[in-house]
Amino acid sequence: MAGVTLNKVVKDYGKLEVIHGIDLEVHSGEFLVLVGPSGCGKSTLLRMIAGLEEISDGTIAIGDRIVNDLPAARRNLSMVFQSYALYPHMSVRKNLAFGLSNLKMPKDEIERRVSEAARVLQINELMDRKPRQLSGGQKQRVAIGRAIVREPELFLFDEPLSNLDAELRVQMRVELAGLYNRLGTTMIYVTHDQVEAMTMATRIVVLSKGYIEQVGTPHELYTRPQNTFVATFIGSPKMNMIEAVVRGGTVSVPDFGDIALGGGAPDGKITVGVRPEQFEIGSSGPITTQSEVTLVEYLGSEMYVHTRLPSGRIVMVKDAGKAEHKIGDKLPLSLIPEHAHYFDADNRRLPIFDA
Amino acid sequence: MVDVATQSLDDHAAIARALREKKRRSEKRAGLIKHAFLIACTFIMIYPLLWMLSSSLKPSDEIFGSLSLWPSEVMWETYPEGWEGLPVSFTRFFGNSLFVTVLSVIGNVISCSFAAYAFARLEFKGRNIAFALMMMTLMIPYHVVLIPQYLIFLKAGWVDTYLPLIVPKFLATDAFFVFLMIQFFRQLPRELDEAAMIDGCSAFKIYWAIIMPLSLPAVATAAIFSFIWVWEDFLGPLVYLNDINDYTVPLALRMFLSQDSISEYGQMFAMSILSIVPIIIFFIIFQKFIIRGIAMSGLK
Repeated sequence: MAGVTLNKVVKDYGKLEVIHGIDLEVHSGEFLVLVGPSGCGKSTLLRMIAGLEEISDGTIAIGDRIVNDLPAARRNLSMVFQSYALYPHMSVRKNLAFGLSNLKMPKDEIERRVSEAARVLQINELMDRKPRQLSGGQKQRVAIGRAIVREPELFLFDEPLSNLDAELRVQMRVELAGLYNRLGTTMIYVTHDQVEAMTMATRIVVLSKGYIEQVGTPHELYTRPQNTFVATFIGSPKMNMIEAVVRGGTVSVPDFGDIALGGGAPDGKITVGVRPEQFEIGSSGPITTQSEVTLVEYLGSEMYVHTRLPSGRIVMVKDAGKAEHKIGDKLPLSLIPEHAHYFDADNRRLPIFDA
Repeated sequence: MVDVATQSLDDHAAIARALREKKRRSEKRAGLIKHAFLIACTFIMIYPLLWMLSSSLKPSDEIFGSLSLWPSEVMWETYPEGWEGLPVSFTRFFGNSLFVTVLSVIGNVISCSFAAYAFARLEFKGRNIAFALMMMTLMIPYHVVLIPQYLIFLKAGWVDTYLPLIVPKFLATDAFFVFLMIQFFRQLPRELDEAAMIDGCSAFKIYWAIIMPLSLPAVATAAIFSFIWVWEDFLGPLVYLNDINDYTVPLALRMFLSQDSISEYGQMFAMSILSIVPIIIFFIIFQKFIIRGIAMSGLK
């Protein structure tokens, strides 16, 4: 097991800089998820840690070894690729053993590790098949098997579940989490799917355009997003963002009314963020409004109600599955100031009710 | 009412059936015409071969005298006579040809795949310029470089040996094969290389253990073409080989004509037929790799 330290890591392709000096400490034994929209640099960052991309500037250390100029094979890590990258001409057994035999490991040790991996991943009956005879989920298992037989200090995953169908993805998510609990090895996992990030991560790194937006536990990111990007990226469905204006410590939220923010907010523009479950249905709250239901998404245990405020703005509200709403219904909404998130004109969080 | 409805439905069914029948007949006719046309084309293509085969069995006065493909009398003896018909036996010529061709095929496959791997996968300074230069050599006809090349080999003292025919094949001089393999290597997913890098492979090991086994179709194609081209090559051996003991089969075939006495056409055609046999055998063996390779490259 080893931690990873990134110090002012930069990646550029000629004049185009895609990673802008990232500092990051990956703790030994943690499951760190890099998440962000496509093009945010998360895969590039992972590939730099793996040794598949050169580091333009800064340093990367695995454990206490700086690995900038160390070839991938000598960084003592394994990587699972999005396309699995199984060697098509080798049987599953050979795929698993290939890396070990390159290390000139004794045959019986290779045999022991391969059969151990096969047992853990339940791929015993697939060992003599070729990759093309496997289903997507089986290929995924073999790819993970190839990673674990090396017993590395560090696992890297590059969107490993994105080629699977929805049901299998959920299943593999659980298996990966189980594998992590059993092995306890440091894992760095790249995904664009914030649900994967939230469910599996010890800590999440949210990236955007080559910068780190926020690092924190899933709970921290959900309850204390540090900027509007993280606020809208984490959480599904998205947080409702309402632009408003502060004057003399009081924000007038359109459609709802005034909230006294005290001295925490300077005059000017402010964005009030409210998650769908943070609205209260009914007019018992401190500030309220009337709205009209425009669409209902029923999910069984819960439902998402799209509703139009008097100003014409549409917000999304979560309600229990047993509630009854239909299009055209009048729906009174309350906003609890302590539950909402506040972001200043530069989209940074204002820690007004964060005590 | 019901009857009328049923009646008319039956009528419609009958009309539909008739139409189907008509369509089937016209498709059949079209199929016949198509096949007749293709068979005619095939015959035109294969006629010279048949003519050569029949000529190899005809008595010599009949070869240019009769239009029939059937010999009036089958002369099997042209084969053994032709085999020993020249001052040096054809055993020798076939041996020479096989020696040059097999080494050339090996050379081409190894060197061209090396070069192609470098162009397709490795990053080095001047790669684009080198690639452009290589592609330019594709456009220069062999005959243009023949004389300068001859002078180089003459200076090196290689004329009258097989070296000028074989050594260049080990230096990836056949740009066509390099290009063919580059195109094939490029479509192999790079993630395979990367997985292999993490698995501890050197650039050479990636080439040898990953790229080459997955490129069997391209390698087999290159092998087949280079076998055919080298086996059939007349100009190269003509220029560089002077001793009859070193002659390859195409050069030897010409000797049937350059005799002072009457030309032994029957024997020449008999040996021509035999000269095709190795190509056919080689093709049959290697086309299996093409098919197996295509079946295997279900990469995802």
